[in-house]
Amino acid sequence: MIKSYKIRRHISNALIYIILIVMGVIWVSPFVYLLMHSFRGEGLISVDWLIPKQWTLQNYIDLFTGKGGQAAINFPRWFLNTFVVACFSCVISTISVLAVSYTFSRLRFKARKKFMNVGMILGMFPGFMTMIAIYYLLKAMGLTQNLIALVICYSCGAGLGFQISKGFFDTIPRALDEAATIDGATKNQIFWKIILPMSKPIVVYTVLTSFIGPWTDFILAKIIMGDSRENYTVAIGLRLMLENDFINTYYKQFLAGSVVVAVPITLLFLKMQKYYVEGVTAGGVKG
Amino acid sequence: MTYVEYKQLNPFQRFAHNFKNFIVNIPRALGKFFRALGKTIVKFFTGIGKGFKNYGVTFVKGDWATKLSYLIFGVGDLSKGKYYKGILYFLAEVLYILYMIFFGWGYLKDFGTLGTVETRKVLHPGNIIPKTEYGDNSMLILLYSVLTIVITIFVFAIYISNIKDAYRHQIMRANGEKPTSLKTDAKQFLDGKYHVTLLSFPVLMIGIFNILPLIFMILIAFTNYDKTHLPPGTLFTWVGLDNFYSLFDVVNSGRKATTFIELTKWTLIWAVLATFTNYILGMIVALMINKKGIKFKALWRTLFVITIAVPQFVSLLVMNQMLQANGAINVLLSHIVGHHVGFQWLNTTGLIAKTVVIVINCWVGIPYTILSMSGILMNIPEDLYESARIDGASPFKTFTAITLPYMIFVTTPQLITQFVGNINNFNVIYLLTGGGPTTPDFYQAGQTDILVTWLFNLTMSSQDYGLAAAIGILVFIVCATISLIVYNNSKSMKDEEAFS
Repeated sequence: MIKSYKIRRHISNALIYIILIVMGVIWVSPFVYLLMHSFRGEGLISVDWLIPKQWTLQNYIDLFTGKGGQAAINFPRWFLNTFVVACFSCVISTISVLAVSYTFSRLRFKARKKFMNVGMILGMFPGFMTMIAIYYLLKAMGLTQNLIALVICYSCGAGLGFQISKGFFDTIPRALDEAATIDGATKNQIFWKIILPMSKPIVVYTVLTSFIGPWTDFILAKIIMGDSRENYTVAIGLRLMLENDFINTYYKQFLAGSVVVAVPITLLFLKMQKYYVEGVTAGGVKG
Repeated sequence: MTYVEYKQLNPFQRFAHNFKNFIVNIPRALGKFFRALGKTIVKFFTGIGKGFKNYGVTFVKGDWATKLSYLIFGVGDLSKGKYYKGILYFLAEVLYILYMIFFGWGYLKDFGTLGTVETRKVLHPGNIIPKTEYGDNSMLILLYSVLTIVITIFVFAIYISNIKDAYRHQIMRANGEKPTSLKTDAKQFLDGKYHVTLLSFPVLMIGIFNILPLIFMILIAFTNYDKTHLPPGTLFTWVGLDNFYSLFDVVNSGRKATTFIELTKWTLIWAVLATFTNYILGMIVALMINKKGIKFKALWRTLFVITIAVPQFVSLLVMNQMLQANGAINVLLSHIVGHHVGFQWLNTTGLIAKTVVIVINCWVGIPYTILSMSGILMNIPEDLYESARIDGASPFKTFTAITLPYMIFVTTPQLITQFVGNINNFNVIYLLTGGGPTTPDFYQAGQTDILVTWLFNLTMSSQDYGLAAAIGILVFIVCATISLIVYNNSKSMKDEEAFS
């Protein structure tokens, strides 16, 4: 009886391994395909074989030296645009998020509960609607198609995403604040000198999320920039390479560009995930 | 019925019992809702009444300076020696009056009509080329009117606070107290009033770039702003509910209404299928990874997390290319069957494209489910399983009686949030199919377009702004209702500790 149970378990485990391996292959293969073909030397768009026959770095070199003959495609410029936008919106968003979460976590004032409820409800509304609405506003102001508008859009709603870091601040013992207050510290000093230094994981998490945002966003950039190609970010720029006018020359550069964007962002994301877990579990132990 | 009696029922009886309870409780729930609503309204009006009363009482009790504050901001503060605050109040009034005279009123007076003077070309005598004379710009009138109204409300708040402050200082003077100095007040903003310092910037940003645009968009839905009414060339005006009628009126507005109805159907089907396939398949995989005796758990999880980590537009665009007629999928199939395959996955019929979209969405979405489920699975208290084993429960029974109820209990809010997310899932549709295959039956939409991608097309390519805003509001209402229900439930979930 026991033996047959063991055998049955072995068979079921083997089945699970097979399923997991098959799924793993399915999930990873598009990225392997992307990576391999970004080094492909031959052919224009697609080839009739899965593994490239000539391996070369030419696609990457072309991508950054702007070879391809079309003035509309300017990957280095797009890369720089995205980087600048990401830096600015990262600074603004981080400040707003930390300020809002510290306020709701530590300070007590009359309208606190009301503000928090309004914030939560606004934060739950679909981002897409807000984007279209912002588009109307910027259009009326004549602010569309420029990078400042993009920075504004990425960072304006940041304050609404306060829940995670507020949850972390909540777990830092209040006794620390009280001790500091007795010693004569103001709320401002408590924020900068006590809470922030203790919240490294969550600060890093906030910085990384807001930095990654502009690199991965497609739709908002598309709405704001329209056809102003020199102001594109990498996401809409890479999509442009696939349009009928460009795909023949730029397909392989598109693959290379995707790798150039995807690899650092993936690494940052994995790093962020680690800090997120650290922040959440560290909070749990302290609370 | 007691708890024990309830537990003895079979599932069908339980369902019938719950259903009956639900129906019986509807009147009471409605009554509760309306009572709460009534209370809020009464509270609101008593609040206003109280405000008016205080307004009058303060005027009667006030000295000359407080009374003058009702007309000129800041006089009360100035007369009591609180100079900086008095000057700030006074400046606010001056600035507001200047704003209204030179800017605000000029737009606000046209708010009812959104402009009457058309832009036209005038040929002056002596000139050969006609000169363009710009008329009213409806867009700017609408925008600045909204802005002016918001500013007016804000200034009214300052006005009230000015009166209160004047009266407070009058009482302080009567008690022989001195007003605080600028330095002490400024210090307060780093300590007792620190929340004002920290919140003012984010609140300002959210107010200008989240709330104001939403008001603006809601107003646009009631205008005929489209490509034939495009400022600054032409005017647009209020049309009431016409945009909404044209979405539902199949007889008169033809393709627009058909498109709306068909796309709504597909959006709902898509949201339901996308949510549940991801949920169920993701749960199965998560269970497999977390099963006892399966090794390399971290490796499997990382494999799936990579899909989340890679920017979605990259993976979707690559998928789109792999599904083309001569893309990687067809190449792979050719190798397997031995002859050339050139199947158009995304462009043959609507049904095939829709199926492909849902399958690809599984590839995109399952890792998210796995990630959240793994955490939950690890949190199920081990003693539950232990006692089940001692009682002789089979693995299958353990699964249906412990694991499944626990998972469903914990993940329901997340499930509903995902449903809302899928209604708004712009990326997958737009980057994968771009709405195609195209069809002449729809107005500015393809067969796989969902409402939000249609809204995007209407705004970006065909300039039907009014119509797009109306669709936006409808989607908004549906999503907001669902979100609010989740919000209320998740709040009560915290108190309800059924599994701890």
